[in-house]
Amino acid sequence: MAESLQDMTVEGLVEQDSTTGDLEIQNYTINFGPQHPAAHGVLRMVMELDGEIVERIDPHVGLLHRGTEKLIEYKTYLQALPYFDRLDYCSPLAMEYSYVLAIEKLLNLEVPLRAQYLRVLFAELTRICNHMLNLGAHVMDVGAMTPNLWLFEIREDCLNFFERASGARMHSAWFRPGGVHQDVPLKLLTDLADWLDTFPKLFEDSMSLVVDNRIFKQRNVDIAVVSKDDAVRWGFSGPMIRGSGIPWDLRKSQPYDVYDRMEFDVPVGTRGDCYDRFMVRVEEVRQSARIMRQCLNEMPEGPIASLDRKVVPPKRGEMKQSMEALIHHFKLYTEGFHVPAGEVYVATESPKGEFGVYLVSDGTNKPYRCKIRPTAFSHLQAMEFMSKGHMLSDATAILGAIDVVFGECDR
Amino acid sequence: MGHSAPRYAVLDGLGDAVAATLGDRLLATRFTQGEYCFTVRREAVAEALDLLRDVHEYQQLMEIAGVDYPDRAERFEVVYCLLSLTKNHRIRVACTTDEDTPVPTVTHIWEVAGWLEREVYDMYGVIFAGNRDLRRILTDYGFRGHPFRKDFPLTGYSEMRYSEEQGRVVYEPVKLAQDFRNFDFTSPWEGADYVLPGDEKSLGGPPHADIPKTTDKPSDTGAGAAANKEAAKPSENAPKEDKA
Repeated sequence: MAESLQDMTVEGLVEQDSTTGDLEIQNYTINFGPQHPAAHGVLRMVMELDGEIVERIDPHVGLLHRGTEKLIEYKTYLQALPYFDRLDYCSPLAMEYSYVLAIEKLLNLEVPLRAQYLRVLFAELTRICNHMLNLGAHVMDVGAMTPNLWLFEIREDCLNFFERASGARMHSAWFRPGGVHQDVPLKLLTDLADWLDTFPKLFEDSMSLVVDNRIFKQRNVDIAVVSKDDAVRWGFSGPMIRGSGIPWDLRKSQPYDVYDRMEFDVPVGTRGDCYDRFMVRVEEVRQSARIMRQCLNEMPEGPIASLDRKVVPPKRGEMKQSMEALIHHFKLYTEGFHVPAGEVYVATESPKGEFGVYLVSDGTNKPYRCKIRPTAFSHLQAMEFMSKGHMLSDATAILGAIDVVFGECDR
Repeated sequence: MGHSAPRYAVLDGLGDAVAATLGDRLLATRFTQGEYCFTVRREAVAEALDLLRDVHEYQQLMEIAGVDYPDRAERFEVVYCLLSLTKNHRIRVACTTDEDTPVPTVTHIWEVAGWLEREVYDMYGVIFAGNRDLRRILTDYGFRGHPFRKDFPLTGYSEMRYSEEQGRVVYEPVKLAQDFRNFDFTSPWEGADYVLPGDEKSLGGPPHADIPKTTDKPSDTGAGAAANKEAAKPSENAPKEDKA
């Protein structure tokens, strides 16, 4: 009896010591960013931590706010186009896509078939380019170095193809209302076809390093599980909603251009965690390559932009011959074209999700209002909901799986 | 064939069905470019969106857009873009408000509305009653004004720079090295609503003067023998005629 009593007091003393220590530790608040390599840009997150467990996150966005929507109101429809490249600078052509489709919808402008194929082809190349950056950044955020370096090789190839098509590596301004700006040389298309046969090897090699890697799985599986209902209520789209198991892809359900002629599968996740979102993107790269092959096989000859001279300016060669072409060129690059009054909301499947443009026209040559629906805005808002109860180090994995780019989020 | 923008389901009679559901909450229905836009009463916007979600299966709120029409009595329009995943369809719901009248929040229907309403508040100053976190979101800490209003200048009022002397970032009123230029390329022949110098001459018929100018005698015209003599002189710059 005495022994046990003595034991108890000793234990009690030890316990008392440790509890008094515990009581002194309180939740503390830290700043994640605005200059943090895993923040994927300028994101400041005010985190309240209980030890290493995230209790509350308040993301402060807007550090890259440039007022793009207001600037667009002061530009003609064509002058406003390059602003879209600068939104999501990792997938510029996908940003232009929604905007040109919105203008074409207001104008009810038909786009020649070759232009539609070219746009789909390069939109999918953009998707590969974007996913190379995101997948690489994601694995680097959770500690792996090599795949990122290899995936950047592929991304470099993509950027070279953009340069050969439009003259610019990133800010292409190549999609235009009515089609694309310039035709591509045949050699570019054959090189693309060759590249589609060679790049999967490097891609699969680098993915083989991570997808079954024990550490990678420990950092991603069962992190930030989002159910189907939650994904819908938080306004998820793109790989985020597919990662949660909802087979929703605007290219499939609301096809634009020639996506309805393409054969491709929509990957979905089963558990809705970061690993699923990662794997959805990995599969999307393969499907994008499949779509690109179909485009290259089926692409017809023909004009690359609408022949409506009241919207699409003539080429320089034509201007040397025709006075009327010269007048059209002058008018389109000064006054621009007038868009009939009306309003449309057009959304396309950008690599990051639903990228929408709500365009209000008052019948003049400038948009009255151009609301841009960024993908990252709703995803980042769910950051607190997804991170609650996870460790501080998981926040980087969650952020990587969101695929956030602040040019687009802050506009 | 027409445009190649995203093609989704075409629902016949949706306008009537929604009108039946919303009842007197609905003010107007617009169907343009194949897209429905329902204008609802401001006080009933949350109920209307709740009904549209539960009865008409518009599960997702994709966007809340503010639009400023300064000429209208209630200058702001708040546009909700809804998406139905099951019916594969999009609609818009709009309501109007002004600077002071709050719009009911929809954060209890969709969590995503929180930031979307914050953005409309930040950019236009529309107040959302019931949103418990209605802070600014995109503009700078301590920003004043609502930049997307049509009467807010594109250049803004203050600018920021790093001051070497003070060793910190300072805010100053905007100083433009060159006036902001807003080019107007609209054709003067097609309904430009401004008057160029000289335009007044073409307005209101032929020009009128107090003493009409008439030419009754040949000398009034300035022509005559003196003028003929002057005109016959060879010009200094004229090419020399070849005498050969």
